[in-house]
Amino acid sequence: MTNIAIVDHGAGNLVSIVNALTALGEQPRIVTRPRELGAAGGVVLPGVGATGPAMERLAATGMDDALREWEGPLLGICVGLQLFFDVSREDHQPCLGLMRGTVREIAGRPLPHMGWNDVDHTDDPLFAGIPNGEPFYFVHSYAPVPHDRTQIVATTDHGGRFVSAARSGLRIGVQFHPERSGVAGLRLLSNFAASIEEARRVA
Amino acid sequence: MLRKRIIPCLDVANGRVVKGVKFVDITDAGDPVELAARYGADGADEICFLDITASHEQRSTLLDVVNRTAATVNIPLTVGGGVASVDDMRAVLRAGADKVVVNSASVARPELLSECAEAFGRQCVVLAIDAKSTGNGSWSVWTHGGRRATDVDAVVWAERGTQLGAGEILLTSMDKDGTRSGYDIALLSAVRQAVDVPVIASGGAGDADDMIDAFVGGEADAVLAASIFHHGTYTVSDIKHLLADAGVAVREESEITWP
Repeated sequence: MTNIAIVDHGAGNLVSIVNALTALGEQPRIVTRPRELGAAGGVVLPGVGATGPAMERLAATGMDDALREWEGPLLGICVGLQLFFDVSREDHQPCLGLMRGTVREIAGRPLPHMGWNDVDHTDDPLFAGIPNGEPFYFVHSYAPVPHDRTQIVATTDHGGRFVSAARSGLRIGVQFHPERSGVAGLRLLSNFAASIEEARRVA
Repeated sequence: MLRKRIIPCLDVANGRVVKGVKFVDITDAGDPVELAARYGADGADEICFLDITASHEQRSTLLDVVNRTAATVNIPLTVGGGVASVDDMRAVLRAGADKVVVNSASVARPELLSECAEAFGRQCVVLAIDAKSTGNGSWSVWTHGGRRATDVDAVVWAERGTQLGAGEILLTSMDKDGTRSGYDIALLSAVRQAVDVPVIASGGAGDADDMIDAFVGGEADAVLAASIFHHGTYTVSDIKHLLADAGVAVREESEITWP
């Protein structure tokens, strides 16, 4: 068991991510205050909606700075990934700035990009055991454009390629919802749990 | 490529799945949590629960069904029935729904769509439209489970609803619902032309050919079906094989056999 903390910033459905991690034998904790990150082995930053309101809620509790200072394994999901970057063009509000780049509307229609779509990935450990092109469940209209192209771990096509996963060190984010992506999603979340074990061994 | 979605729909009343024909003649079809789990295992891309009683007394029963389903099925869950406020929507999301269906209440008070989109993001606001042909090439919106007529034009309402904050349209043809004689392709095409958001075709599915028509002829992004799955005419997996053979891009079974 890896002691995963799920950051609750007051938007949307945390039930599915808790359920998915629980199904994997984890006992995830939902956290709202920075000091609750202390004991965590890894952190999941979920999110739906827009980045602006999410940043406001994180800032209200000081969780924004706590996440900037967090050096362990971090998994951003959907808006959680978008929050890693400098700024979103959705509302022009600054995000966490953990990775350089902007979040932009994707080109394809219909929008929101909603449903199962192919994820073409590199051999990043987060995708261990997952065939290239495996479909995952998406529901979003924006995606990040990293300045550093080497941070791109996966792309997906919807009226043009967009970044569906990006990594910087122990921080990795996915634009899709692994907690709603059936067996492929469970495999990805178990790979994240394994990366927490690995980080603990190295430390 | 974005896959075309197959969404089994479970109409729920008092905690049981029911299915009417043309919105009346309700018959019992089983336990919603068990059925959702079976459809999930069969390859459903999403599950939809619609509470057709939608009274406040029964709300906790529905939320319990959603909560138990979310714990066992890790595909998206869309839930609706009687959602009339941001607080109603929050309760359904907290129970484990990924998307929430808004219907009658938004016809009476369209700002509801903006309020919900602002609170939770448009991606989880599904506008359900129950449409019935007027007989002269247009369709009008009916509310309250198809019992109350309005003079609202269905296509105009779809366009306005998406401008206000709906991120998806669940479009049910009342003329076709429960008849298994195929989706209303003309209605579907008219709405598809009017909006940019995904459109789910509902009402009339009898077989895989009907779904192919909805995807190819009506350019639907997803199809909803109830009776053909509940009655065991086809499994979700049967339908997906037939669609794949016809060249429709559906999500097929994963090679991943873990865990």
